[in-house]
Amino acid sequence: MRRSAPAVIAFALALFAAPAQAHLASTGFGDFYDGIAHVLITPEDLLVALAVGLLAGQRGSRATRFAVIALPLAWLAGGLMGARWSPLPSQLVVLTTATFALTGALVALDARLRDAAIIAIAIAAGLLHGLANGPTMTPSGIGTQGLIGAVCAVAVLVLLLSSQVNALVPGWQRIAVRVAGSWIAASGLLMFGWLYHTAR
Amino acid sequence: MKPRTPFTLPGALLMLLLPAAAFAHQEAGQAAGFLAGLEHPVSGLDHMLAMVAVGLWGAVLGQPAIWMLPVAFPLMMAMGGLMGLLGFPLPGVEIGIAASAIVLGAMVMTERRLPLRAAVVITALFAIFHGHAHGAELPEGASALMYSLGFVMSTGLLHAVGIALGTLHGWSAGRRAVRAAGGGVALAGLFFMWKALA
Repeated sequence: MRRSAPAVIAFALALFAAPAQAHLASTGFGDFYDGIAHVLITPEDLLVALAVGLLAGQRGSRATRFAVIALPLAWLAGGLMGARWSPLPSQLVVLTTATFALTGALVALDARLRDAAIIAIAIAAGLLHGLANGPTMTPSGIGTQGLIGAVCAVAVLVLLLSSQVNALVPGWQRIAVRVAGSWIAASGLLMFGWLYHTAR
Repeated sequence: MKPRTPFTLPGALLMLLLPAAAFAHQEAGQAAGFLAGLEHPVSGLDHMLAMVAVGLWGAVLGQPAIWMLPVAFPLMMAMGGLMGLLGFPLPGVEIGIAASAIVLGAMVMTERRLPLRAAVVITALFAIFHGHAHGAELPEGASALMYSLGFVMSTGLLHAVGIALGTLHGWSAGRRAVRAAGGGVALAGLFFMWKALA
């Protein structure tokens, strides 16, 4: 019971989270914390971290360990590349949307993937979202410290979520994971439609 | 020893999606967002009753339909929404939505136990109509991803309401109540159909 208390507090605090209005969050605590906040208030980044965490958690402890390492490292590599090569093509948003939509669909299907496939998904997702983060992680933005903060946030999110999902016993809780995956995939599908709609 | 698996932590993480107007990346500067999407499915009684009926029917059908229908519905609804946003015409959307309330309500009322595939196909078909209507109505300037998330989550929570009500089906009095609820949804569907055809 005591172990779940921080989660309940986090749950309650999240209910009262203030609207975030900026492209880059300014926490007032420095670049590292701005990087953490950036991931938490950027829906695409948050969704892909959640989707990879859910997918890895479904596939067991080995897949979880691989994903926890692969996703943040790929995110870091992508972020460093993005910071160097910005501005990035506007089509990148289609790819970042595809990563969380497809990963969410795999969670919904409870797809029995091999560890290598989980690693490949985590690397692809990390690279693409890191690239998208890159331009905001330049020295004129929140810099390398911000990128490290973002990578740490991703690592902690995936670690917490995948380990929790991994420990779930078969039953309604695992079904809830699949439902969450279907929500993520559905949001991605609608986002594709919106991207096409606005591009016309 | 049975592992302790408090689901509150993943739940808390999912709730972090709540910062409603998180304008980041490509959607920067677009208004509305999560709350508008959350509100949209509950703003129309026709949508709301059909969503609850999906959950009720899933509960009446039992395992594995109880989770298969709520997993299939959002995905197919999003497919319908995608069609709406891409400009694919879907004739008789309002009629399809009214028909969904009639059919799903009738299935609950009569406790019709169709094969799982048939139940999923029927639900998915109606989901396309609901999604198309919502996709075509996506407000200009809305934060697309947050709107979509709110919209999908709201729909899922309506299914959950239906499933929760459907658990009453285990008791004899509850069973009558669930069947009556299905009848009510079907009747409302007839009214919506009359309005759509008028």
